Amino acid sequence: MRYIEPHGHMVSRTTDDYQAMVAAGCAAVCEPAFWAGYDRGSVEGFRDYFRQLTEYEPARAAKFLLPHYSWLCLNPKESEDLKLAADVLAMIPEFLGKKNVLGIGEIGLNRNTRNELKVLELHVDLAVRHDQLILVHTPHLEDKKKGTQLIVDLLRSHRGVKPGRVIIDHVEEHTIRQVLDQGYWAGITLYPDSKSSPPRAVDMLEICGRDRIWLNSACDWGVSDPLAVPKTALEMRRRGYDAEFVDQVLYQNPLRFLAQCPRFVLSQPAG
Amino acid sequence: MSNSRDSRSPVSPLPPGSGAAVVDTGFIPVRAKLLEVAAFLDRVERHEVADDFRCEALREAAQVLVDGRPERARRILEKLSDPTSEPDAISSGKAALGAWRPVQK
Repeated sequence: MRYIEPHGHMVSRTTDDYQAMVAAGCAAVCEPAFWAGYDRGSVEGFRDYFRQLTEYEPARAAKFLLPHYSWLCLNPKESEDLKLAADVLAMIPEFLGKKNVLGIGEIGLNRNTRNELKVLELHVDLAVRHDQLILVHTPHLEDKKKGTQLIVDLLRSHRGVKPGRVIIDHVEEHTIRQVLDQGYWAGITLYPDSKSSPPRAVDMLEICGRDRIWLNSACDWGVSDPLAVPKTALEMRRRGYDAEFVDQVLYQNPLRFLAQCPRFVLSQPAG
Repeated sequence: MSNSRDSRSPVSPLPPGSGAAVVDTGFIPVRAKLLEVAAFLDRVERHEVADDFRCEALREAAQVLVDGRPERARRILEKLSDPTSEPDAISSGKAALGAWRPVQK
């Protein structure tokens, strides 16, 4: 089996995780910029983090023969400081030419505030101006439904946004149609206690189809499982889905979206 | 556009024999989760916190399980969601709580 982990915060994980992912068939890992668990205090703090995502972490992954790609942004959790956000966004273009950068993400909303919306709009402008792919984080728990609608409305109002170049992540049963019906890609995140479980993810594939959907573990420093994606393959096979079905959802779908960035090239032969 | 249906109607035929597998592999884990819900509701009563807004939301959401209508997961998620549509003026904190509480938003 082969799969792509399209959303993993690998700076938070151990080398054991890299080893286990590769052993399970991981062909590439993509790392969106994330919140550190505390608010970074300066632009220089973000610059150091972006260097980690574009220089150090790809080198660490390469020791396990795993291609590593990254997305850049200021996380929605840090959007309340508008001055810092503006300064960070002004600095991001310094890194957009790095060879493992796929686009702008994970941008989006956390608590659905006006400031978060302002910073989301600035990120979308940045992505459009630089012709970048967009990865959107949708809020947690009770904030997800409203936040997803605010996000979809904002994206739809921006004339430069091409829905096929945007993935809206962390969808669940009450938001997946909001995303797919507008032409965006949808990401299903597999978490032990929140977001989706492997059985619910396969349920959504059965109800909504397997087109424009990827699965990810979003593994980070919190409760999460870096092997959640291959474990979901087991759920598919238990229900009788064949290897082609698994390969399409876990490998070909993320490949199709990510290959819109010319930097995303996998040396592993198809099939 | 997606070809979404309700939760009883797959967009394409399911694999032959998949129904038995769904029950055989899914029943025991879900049985355990249902017992966790029951034990949690007993526990919050024993500790006299059953009136916490999250516990109240959980009891209300649980009624969806036995109403005989489809799309239970979607409808439970919607019951626990913020029903408003305007962005908030200020953040009420970094973390969501799992159920909507109008007075604090």
